[in-house]
Amino acid sequence: MRVLMLGTVLVLLACGGSDEGGDATVSTSEGAADTGPRGNGSITGTVSFAGTVPANPAIDMSAEQACAEKHAGGVRDPQYVVADGKLGNVFVHVKSGLPAGARYAPPTEPVVLDQDGCLYEPRVFGVMTGQQIEIRNSDPVLHNIKAVPTENRGFNISQPSEGMKTTRTFTTPEVMVPLECNVHGWMNAYAGVKDHPFFATTGDDGTFRIEGLPAGTYEVEAWHEKLGTRTTTVTVTDDGTATADFSFSPTTT
Amino acid sequence: MTSATMRSIVLAGIVALGARHSALGAQSAPAGKAAYDRWCAECHGETGAGDGSAAAFMLPRPRDFTKGVYQIRTTASGALPTRDDLRRVIDEGMPGTAMPGWKGKLSERERDAVIEYLETFSRFFQGERPAPIEVPGAPGGDGAEEGRAVYRKLECFKCHGDAGRGDGPSAPTLTDDWDHPIRAADLSESWHFTGGASVRDIYVRLRTGLDGTPMPSFTDAVEGGLISDEELWRVAQYVRSLSPAEPPEVREVVRARRVEGALPAGPDDGAWAAAEAHYVPLVGQIVVAPRWFTPTVDGVWVQALHDGERLAMLVRWHDPSRSPDAAWDEWLGRMRQTVTDADGAHDGAHGPDVLVVQLPTSAGGGDELPYFLGGSARRPAHLWRWTSDADRAIEGTATGLDRFVARAGPSELTAASRHELGEWRVQLTRALAPADTSAAPRIPVGRTMPIAFRASDGSSGEGDVRTAVSAWYALHLEVPTPPRVYVAPAATMLLTAALGVFVVRRAQRRERDPARPTMEES
Repeated sequence: MRVLMLGTVLVLLACGGSDEGGDATVSTSEGAADTGPRGNGSITGTVSFAGTVPANPAIDMSAEQACAEKHAGGVRDPQYVVADGKLGNVFVHVKSGLPAGARYAPPTEPVVLDQDGCLYEPRVFGVMTGQQIEIRNSDPVLHNIKAVPTENRGFNISQPSEGMKTTRTFTTPEVMVPLECNVHGWMNAYAGVKDHPFFATTGDDGTFRIEGLPAGTYEVEAWHEKLGTRTTTVTVTDDGTATADFSFSPTTT
Repeated sequence: MTSATMRSIVLAGIVALGARHSALGAQSAPAGKAAYDRWCAECHGETGAGDGSAAAFMLPRPRDFTKGVYQIRTTASGALPTRDDLRRVIDEGMPGTAMPGWKGKLSERERDAVIEYLETFSRFFQGERPAPIEVPGAPGGDGAEEGRAVYRKLECFKCHGDAGRGDGPSAPTLTDDWDHPIRAADLSESWHFTGGASVRDIYVRLRTGLDGTPMPSFTDAVEGGLISDEELWRVAQYVRSLSPAEPPEVREVVRARRVEGALPAGPDDGAWAAAEAHYVPLVGQIVVAPRWFTPTVDGVWVQALHDGERLAMLVRWHDPSRSPDAAWDEWLGRMRQTVTDADGAHDGAHGPDVLVVQLPTSAGGGDELPYFLGGSARRPAHLWRWTSDADRAIEGTATGLDRFVARAGPSELTAASRHELGEWRVQLTRALAPADTSAAPRIPVGRTMPIAFRASDGSSGEGDVRTAVSAWYALHLEVPTPPRVYVAPAATMLLTAALGVFVVRRAQRRERDPARPTMEES
């Protein structure tokens, strides 16, 4: 279940399941200020999809046999990941509510963005400002990776060989930064860039979990690439778990 | 008329479309604002968003300065350009686009001020300015052959095509950062390279990428050890080798040599290799509605041969699509969305590619020429109109760009074509003297006849009016060289030699026999 966004996973790993209070330490970049408050509060929720699910467009990979072979029985562009009325690939993040000036250092572990079978994996992910994104090519074909942000500087790099790795970072919060491959026009990914670690991406079951929050009232936003955003406000208590459910439908974007 | 002149006319036309003068800035405005508002804003917009009144007619669109994203840089992918990078583009312009060079039109101070003003459009310029990448020295020797292998290995052909003509399988899907359709560069026309045509220019583009376009940077591939720096230089050498050393020269007269044997049988006939090729530049048709400012075809190469009875003409041009082609439907849709048409919407059809060879209706010398855009009701033009879907050329009479009537009677014009590696090659063959000279003009030998060309790309929404046009040129079928042309010089040489020998011998005899009186003395 790829429920948790990577930052949260890292926070969990670093905390080692510790249930200590706001002083939990995380593995962060050396020298970076990490003075923002942390706690044991959580936000969980389910993102549901109401209505008829639009058909994902079929991808014609016949021109790229090495990729087509990785998808027995054809492949569709996974714009809508819906199972039992639950929506995956929704980026959920704390939009506001953290104390002004709270600074969080990025984890030292990179987020991995793989290109496999001429698709991005993950398609939707979160990353902290300054955190490395390791871009891998697992296909024996040429990919270019172009980031088209508005708040950050973009990049457009070529990965002509299988096994090639490149790292890049973003400096400024931006939800979302589109990433695309121009050789394969169907390849799209989206990076949610945040300056704190309180974000997650829903898994195939539509659930998410954001952990390590200090008590407070937060504005939480859910973003979907086709369906737009939904916002709600939740109050998290010490050690408490607040619920933030979202519902998207194809008619109200 | 040179290609550059024709382009300037088109640019002037585009700007005239949106002619409206911006109010000059207030007194406190930056020094470059006045020059910018006057010379740049029609295309780039008053706020630098690339949305000036002429912008919607252009492809590629004028740069949107608010994003701080620049194609032609000496800095890393995603970095801002240096001042010198901006200076170069403003000075030299961007070949292949509507952006002219401003060196000589604006003073150095004005250009500096405009650059400073441009930088105020994007907040990114407030930060630190990047340094240019280090460019190592080029390896010695000509590595074009090796570069060809690296071009394959790096899969440059995916967009640029096997022969570099911008016809790779991904070409129809390409968009820029603004979601506008963008062409993969035709690497065989280096005179249109936006960042310059030298091997070094090409190498730097490979290293930095062209930001805002699909062209990525290969710096990471070099630094990651996937290819060597030398290999990248070899690619640059190979790419440069795809274009002629100099841009093609434009001449007024298309010469058709007389051949003694058979005329070429089709576009693949090896005999064409020996026929002189003439480059005829084409520009967008911007006179008659619906006007067209973004033509696909920017020139045709014309070769002609005759045998005294028939004329064979081979016309070649670069067009990445063989229209109509479903693979280009998406491209056509984007063209329709992007290129605003002042003269009405495009129809939905995905038409064929079209070639038109235009002649006067009679070869009579001294007559007034038909209007170069398809003639008029008062003075029609005679057309040979070839279309790719039928692969057939039809003769007929035109009284305007979209008013064409096929001639009655059996066609005396034949066509054979081939579309290969992003190039059309169409051979048109016709008798010099048609059976009915009231229906088609006789093509004279030894005298020039006016001729003009048009080419359209159906996959970009082009047709008979939205098309690329040439001015009138001249076609000249050469008279076979009579034998006396070869005999006379030889005879003269022989006579001169004989006379020389006679004079020398006589002088020698006189020297041996000084007693013998000269003619004067006797």
